[in-house]
Amino acid sequence: MKKICLSLFALLGLCSCSSDIWGWYVINPTTPSGWINIKFLVSGMGNTILISVTAAVISISLGLIVALPGQSSKRAWRIVNRVYVELIRSIPLLPMLFWVFYGLPIIFKSMGLNIPIDPFWGAVITLAISDSAFTAEIYRSGIQSIARGQAEAAQTIGLSYAQSMRYIILPQAIRRILPPLANQFIYIVKMSAFASVIGMQELTRRANELVVTEYRPLELYSLLILEYLVLVLIISAGVRWLERRMGSDE
Amino acid sequence: MSNTAIELKNLNKWFDDFHALKNINLTVNKGEKVVICGPSGSGKSTVVRCINKLEKHQSGTILLDGKKLTNNPKSVTSVQGDIGMVFQQFNLFPHLTVMENLILGPMKTQRQSRQKAVEIALHYLERVRITDQAQKMPSQLSGGQQQRVAIARSLCMEPKVMLFDEPTSALDPEMISEVLDVMVELANDGMTMIVVTHEMGFARKVADKVLFMDQGQIVEQALTEDFFNSPKTQRCQTFLNQILKH
Ligand SMILES: Nc1ncnc2c1ncn2[C@@H]1O[C@H](COP(=O)(O)OP(=O)(O)OP(=O)(O)O)[C@@H](O)[C@H]1O
Ligand SMILES: [Mg+2]
Repeated sequence: MKKICLSLFALLGLCSCSSDIWGWYVINPTTPSGWINIKFLVSGMGNTILISVTAAVISISLGLIVALPGQSSKRAWRIVNRVYVELIRSIPLLPMLFWVFYGLPIIFKSMGLNIPIDPFWGAVITLAISDSAFTAEIYRSGIQSIARGQAEAAQTIGLSYAQSMRYIILPQAIRRILPPLANQFIYIVKMSAFASVIGMQELTRRANELVVTEYRPLELYSLLILEYLVLVLIISAGVRWLERRMGSDE
Repeated sequence: MSNTAIELKNLNKWFDDFHALKNINLTVNKGEKVVICGPSGSGKSTVVRCINKLEKHQSGTILLDGKKLTNNPKSVTSVQGDIGMVFQQFNLFPHLTVMENLILGPMKTQRQSRQKAVEIALHYLERVRITDQAQKMPSQLSGGQQQRVAIARSLCMEPKVMLFDEPTSALDPEMISEVLDVMVELANDGMTMIVVTHEMGFARKVADKVLFMDQGQIVEQALTEDFFNSPKTQRCQTFLNQILKH
């Protein structure tokens, strides 16, 4: 890791040697204080990943639960699905985060429940709910892409709706659903930066805290962006690998 | 026990405000073979799809073995296993092997053991003359083979009635007879069948009764001999002339 940092640092140094606006010393891995700063910044990575993965898992399950009534033949169920999707989609993330973190505990308390919401769960719940509207739409298009004849054939061998979903529709839809779901995961990773505003110690929060003490926003936020870039590039490589695998055994 | 397998009384079906079926009356006895023909859009598929409840009907009654079929989802599921259906487009499950296509229904809806289900599946695969393909995926089979697998899949449910909706229309000409042969055998074994088809040779050979539909109505309904030799209505005559010429 130190080697990677060194070579990146050398590269950045080259780009900016002619200019005096840069103060790369804050994250110079060759100096003890620079190295401590880098370790402090990168240590947020674990929480960023943890928030994103937890939120993604919940969103993927919740999205399916939301998507299924949208396929129902009963109008009332479809309306439930539409209202959820349209409502959640139109709430900006930050207000929703404030509402969940500061507002929801008050509702819980009034109901006599003592459920504290810490920054981690506040962020996870918000990201998961907000993203579930999108995953629900991904499921919907995936399910609808399976020809109607498949559901009808399932019916004619006596399968119930749930059995038809489980054995016929979803297994076929999954290869169309997985790549966009994985893409959606990238959005979650990026949106997880909002967790910093409620005090979650993740990548962005770490950078903010260091900026306050070091007064070097340009360098520190540059590194922050680089951290997200690396993370997202790794995930996209994974998505592309997944897409290839899904497409190949057609 | 009555001798009637299926009875439709004053069946009416609307798609929104389009009146697709108008007062359909039909009695199919056990073991009887009925062929339905008629021009495109006349409602042939809709009749068949109402019988196995892929479509809801709005008025009239449908009796299966004397029991009234409703549109209630629970009873629909239970009745659908009793009525086999073969589609024009085969509709095999492409992500499952031939064998898995066949055993899914019996295992999941009749709670049979895998062993028993496989046994039954092999029996019916033999009857449709596809025994060596059980482990293949449907896409590896020809259209004719796929349709025969689809027939076997229905038969595995041991249905009381088999419905066919233009089972050979999507097939290349050279594959039509291999599917029709299987259907003829099935008919000879005493299966109750309702077949929508334009294969008049097949109708002549196996049908007890032929219906001619036009614009959502049964225009003519007659014993096979009478139907072909002395069609009563002008429309039916014209239709027969047209398709027999081809
Ligand atoms: N889901 C639907 N919604 C609206 N109208 C429909 C629907 N299904 C069928 N129809 C209409 O009902 C009429 C009868 O259709 P049906 O499919 O039963 O005809 P068909 O006799 O089977 O014709 P074909 O020989 O082309 O298969 C047609 O006019 C068709 O447009
Ligand atoms: Mg049709």
